[in-house]
Amino acid sequence: MTPERIAHPDPTLSAPAIAPVRKTIRVHADVAHAFDVFTAGIDRWWPRSHHIGQSPMTRIIVEPHAGGRCYSEQEDGTECDWGSVLAWEPPHRVVLAWRITSQWRFEPELARSSEVEVRFTPEGDGMTRVDLEHRHLERHGPGADRMRAGVDAPGGWGSLLELFVAEAAR
Amino acid sequence: MQTYQSAQLDALGDATRRAIVERLLDGPQSVGALARRLPVSRPAVSQHLRVLKQARLVSDAAAGTQRIYALDPAGFETLRSYLDRFWDGALAAFQQEVERTQPRKRR
Repeated sequence: MTPERIAHPDPTLSAPAIAPVRKTIRVHADVAHAFDVFTAGIDRWWPRSHHIGQSPMTRIIVEPHAGGRCYSEQEDGTECDWGSVLAWEPPHRVVLAWRITSQWRFEPELARSSEVEVRFTPEGDGMTRVDLEHRHLERHGPGADRMRAGVDAPGGWGSLLELFVAEAAR
Repeated sequence: MQTYQSAQLDALGDATRRAIVERLLDGPQSVGALARRLPVSRPAVSQHLRVLKQARLVSDAAAGTQRIYALDPAGFETLRSYLDRFWDGALAAFQQEVERTQPRKRR
C-alpha cells in the first residue's frame, strides 16, 4: 500500500460515470408472483452458465432479507458468493449488490460493487411491469486492478474483455 | 468492434500498462506523477500511455503546461455491453418462467 493510495482510497471519486443498463419488460403475472419468481425462484430462470464458481453451478440463491447473501452452490460442494441484498421490499422492490469483479471473482468491497435495482409495478389486467437498473458500473473499474491475478492465473476465468471478444466473434 | 476489443486486450497484455491503469484508478495524473510511482522511465510511460490511448482505455487533457491522463469511459463499454446483453437473456428467461407458473385465477 503506497502513501498515494492511502491519499486517494475511494476509486468512485475519480472513476468516470457510465450510463446504467436499464431494462423494462411486462409479464402476464401479478406483482407478488413476479417478485417471488425473481427472488425465491431465481434458480429456475438464471442462466446456468453465469456463475463464478470453479465447478458447474447446481443452485443459485438470494436470501430473502436485507443484508442477505446472494450465492451459488457448486458441483464440488463449495458455495460461491456473488452479491448481497441491499434492499428487500416485497413485492415491489429489491436491490442487489453485484459483487463480481471483472475477473469473475467475489468483490469483498461494496464500494467496488455495482447495484441491481428491480421494481415490480402492477399495470392492471393481471400485468406487471418489471424495471431493472444495473447502475454504478464505474465502481468496478475497467477490471485492471484485478486483471493481473485473473489473466495470469492458470485455468483462470479470463477477463471480461476476453469473454466479450469471444462472444462477439461468434 | 472486434478490432477495437482486440486492441484493448493487447494493450492490457503488458504488465507495465496494467500498472499504469491501476495507478489511474486513484485519479487523473500527469506523466511525471505516473513515472515517479513506476519502475520505468518517463519516456517509457509516455509510450505506454500512447498505446492505452489508442485502445481507448485512457484519455488525456491539457492542464496548464502539462497533460493529465485519466481512465477513458469508453474502456468501460465492454462491461456495459456485456451486462446489457446478459440482462436481455436473463429477463427473457425470467419472463418465461413467471408466465409459465402464474396461477390462473380468472377464466
